[in-house]
Amino acid sequence: MLHTINKSPYEKNSFETCMRLAAAESSILLIEDGVYAAIDNTKISELIKENPSNFKFYVLEADLKARGLDKNSLIPNIEIISYKGFVKLTVENEKTQTWL
Amino acid sequence: MEEQAESGIVKKFLYVNRRAPHGSIYAHEALEVVLIAAAFEQDVTLAFIDDGVYQLKKNQDTADINTKNFSKIYSALEGYDVEKIFVEKESLDERGLKEDDLSVDVEIISSNDMKKLITASEVIFNF
Amino acid sequence: MTIEVNGKSLETDEEGYLSNLNDWEKDVASVMAEAEDITLGDDHWEIINFLREYYEEYQIAPAVRVLTKAVAKKLGKDKGNSKYLYELFPYGPGKQACKFAGLPKPTGCV
Repeated sequence: MLHTINKSPYEKNSFETCMRLAAAESSILLIEDGVYAAIDNTKISELIKENPSNFKFYVLEADLKARGLDKNSLIPNIEIISYKGFVKLTVENEKTQTWL
Repeated sequence: MEEQAESGIVKKFLYVNRRAPHGSIYAHEALEVVLIAAAFEQDVTLAFIDDGVYQLKKNQDTADINTKNFSKIYSALEGYDVEKIFVEKESLDERGLKEDDLSVDVEIISSNDMKKLITASEVIFNF
Repeated sequence: MTIEVNGKSLETDEEGYLSNLNDWEKDVASVMAEAEDITLGDDHWEIINFLREYYEEYQIAPAVRVLTKAVAKKLGKDKGNSKYLYELFPYGPGKQACKFAGLPKPTGCV
């Protein structure tokens, strides 16, 4: 299952709730302001690094770029994907849960 | 609707409610959508998570904020055969709410069971 | 659109449902019924009053299936069935009776 998060983890608890309620091995895609969760050395980055539920993390390149971010600022185990990659993920997963 | 829904595909719909009731239109709109799905005899399940649990707080009175008191509609859900209403215990606990504080009969479940509920549903709507 | 009731002009939507619930009085139902060739009797009023109470309690106009079930529970099975309700309100107990009762069109009604 694919989960998308589009809110900053500091603005809303969408990220936190997704971490709590997504099933193990889920794919988690950070988009729009959700991409701020992908930055390394923050108060939440450890959670993504430890990754106890073995999630696969993705972040949308266009939204990173728009916010002045690139791979150098990201947590290493997060994969950067294009819009094409977004579409592919959506197709690959039977269901998508959107954490607004 | 004057006719019964034609025998079509019945899918397992899950409506995830994560917002408090009166600060935005989401909670009320979610209810409208749920009632429509129920009128068409779909398999409807409601989940209340995070601030969404405030939607079910009893004794809401909107008279002085000049909006419709749609919290009463939750009590009508049973008549629409919407009986699968799940509330995440952790969200209630964090907000100091107990089952007694809620306006309708619900099933209070752990995060772990909520996780399973989300996984088991076929179509998810988020509000 | 408007309807004229006791010299007052009341606003309705394009399907004839009252725009403002508080405009309702008994004569509103009678005027609406007359326009649809129905003379309201005690049986009609029983359902109209039932709907108004339902709305007061739940803040929605019930879908016909829900209404039928609720009527059966309150007034018995000989009234809580489609045949009985459609005889009273040929255009549909959901649509027509809700309109006479001054309620909005039932949710889920197409």
